[in-house]
Amino acid sequence: MSIICDHVNYIYSRGTSDEIHALKDVCFKIEDGEFIGIIGATGSGKSTLIQHLNGLLKATSGHIYINGEDIYDSDYSLKKLRSRVGLVFQYPEHQLFEETVLKDVCFGPKNQGLTSTESQMRAYEALENVKMGEDCYDVSPFDLSGGQKRRVAIAGVLAMKPEVLILDEPTAGLDPEGREEILHLLKSLHDEQGITIILVSHSMEDMADYAERLLVMDKGSLIMNGSPREIFQNSAILEEIGLSVPQVTGVLREMRQKGFDVDISATTIEEAADSIMRALGL
Amino acid sequence: MGIVEIDNIAYEYIRRDEEGNVEGIVRAIDGISLDIKKGEFISILGGNGSGKSTLAKQINAILYPCEGTVYVDGKDTSDEENIWDIRQSAGMVFQNPDNQIIGSVVEEDVGFGPENMGIPTPEIIERVNEALKTLRMYEYRKHSPNRLSGGQKQRVAIAGVVAMHPKCIIMDESTAMLDPIGRKEVIRAARALNDVEKVTIILITHYMEETIYSDRIVVMDKGRVAMTGTPKEIFSRVDELKKLRLSVPQSTALAYELKKRGVRLGEGILSGKELVTALCRSYATM
Repeated sequence: MSIICDHVNYIYSRGTSDEIHALKDVCFKIEDGEFIGIIGATGSGKSTLIQHLNGLLKATSGHIYINGEDIYDSDYSLKKLRSRVGLVFQYPEHQLFEETVLKDVCFGPKNQGLTSTESQMRAYEALENVKMGEDCYDVSPFDLSGGQKRRVAIAGVLAMKPEVLILDEPTAGLDPEGREEILHLLKSLHDEQGITIILVSHSMEDMADYAERLLVMDKGSLIMNGSPREIFQNSAILEEIGLSVPQVTGVLREMRQKGFDVDISATTIEEAADSIMRALGL
Repeated sequence: MGIVEIDNIAYEYIRRDEEGNVEGIVRAIDGISLDIKKGEFISILGGNGSGKSTLAKQINAILYPCEGTVYVDGKDTSDEENIWDIRQSAGMVFQNPDNQIIGSVVEEDVGFGPENMGIPTPEIIERVNEALKTLRMYEYRKHSPNRLSGGQKQRVAIAGVVAMHPKCIIMDESTAMLDPIGRKEVIRAARALNDVEKVTIILITHYMEETIYSDRIVVMDKGRVAMTGTPKEIFSRVDELKKLRLSVPQSTALAYELKKRGVRLGEGILSGKELVTALCRSYATM
């Protein structure tokens, strides 16, 4: 499913003294099956942007096309859009509410109008995807650990069978192992089921490891759009707008300054080790 | 005697069903002893559910132990008469800055703590200005907190604690919601308070690289202390950390990978700077 943002502007509290121009002329295209990362400092417009992609916020001006169809057309079904573009908010576990894990995950598909058997089938599949075993089905979601709760919350969205999955900082507050689990899960949904992933994160290291392309937001504008390798070459700009480069990229830059002839485009530990080995002639 | 003395404590949560019947007991802290010295910078690591936050809450008497005793600046936390003194000695900064800021103007928010302590107005003003300067937020004193960035809000929250002149500040995942620069700002502020003002810092985090400057790291697992040591000692135990759902800073992981491939590097590399220095020492041709 392709997504096009065409000159999208969004203004909060328009016409009042609190007016904020949260999105400024944002244009980009996301192809079917991509793994996209969105980075930007707090307040740069990331969350506002993703809420446009499933129609929760309506652009003040500009258009959004999903598979070539303008979602602001009067006969376009936003309800259908929302089941095709799943949005996982920050701290999604705060939205768990049912008595059991299974019931909670069934809520979405039931709302889509599926029968309770169909909903349960969807829930089984979604829970299997997030690696939550049968033993958790009848447990109260509130008795799970932080990482488990988050996986159940993601399953709740997956059960609606979205073609695009958007996640707002899905790893915030999780331990390193929990972070890895969530990111692996997203990668396998992307690689094995072809789901388009749009990930918002403050971890440059995670972005370097997982995203195929990065969109960089600053004060409401999209200022860069490219592969992690390309983006992380611009360390001065990134630092100016409240971001950074992955730690290993920083190491390579520092080596270059000390006179090593090292390729500084690496963004992951593996790549960085490769370029250091080459630079040392080993 | 340390500023915080934790003497063999245990803490249990009682789980109840809808009718209020006891369903089970969760032993969140299961026999911890820890002595934190005045002026120490200590980091607490551990997987989700390992008991870090429960431990932190014992230190400023939000919770008190079922067994054992916690002394903060010599005072027993389970004695209700000590609560105000303890909360003045040990201030806490939480994860979400939006839940901690109550004033509509920055300086008003920072003044809330000292005002509650019954400090005379001229001294409140002095303390607020001093705290905001320490946190490099003085120029924002007349601003509305909701227009600040996450890192700035969190520094206002810390200033609010600093204005109470605590001996110890506990930061419970205070950087979890911040962007990279915001995280750096908060960690820098914590280190400065520790270095210059000699405030004891207890930092709880899931970001390994934030802990490399601490004097000591305590790793928790299932309500117990699993490891303690200097950052160099802790982060050389890569496999054990993995088992406890933790990792090492990325620069340490890179050094580990390079060593595996035959690069001559010493032990205990924690930061990018240290790695580059070590490489220069072994391989620089100039």
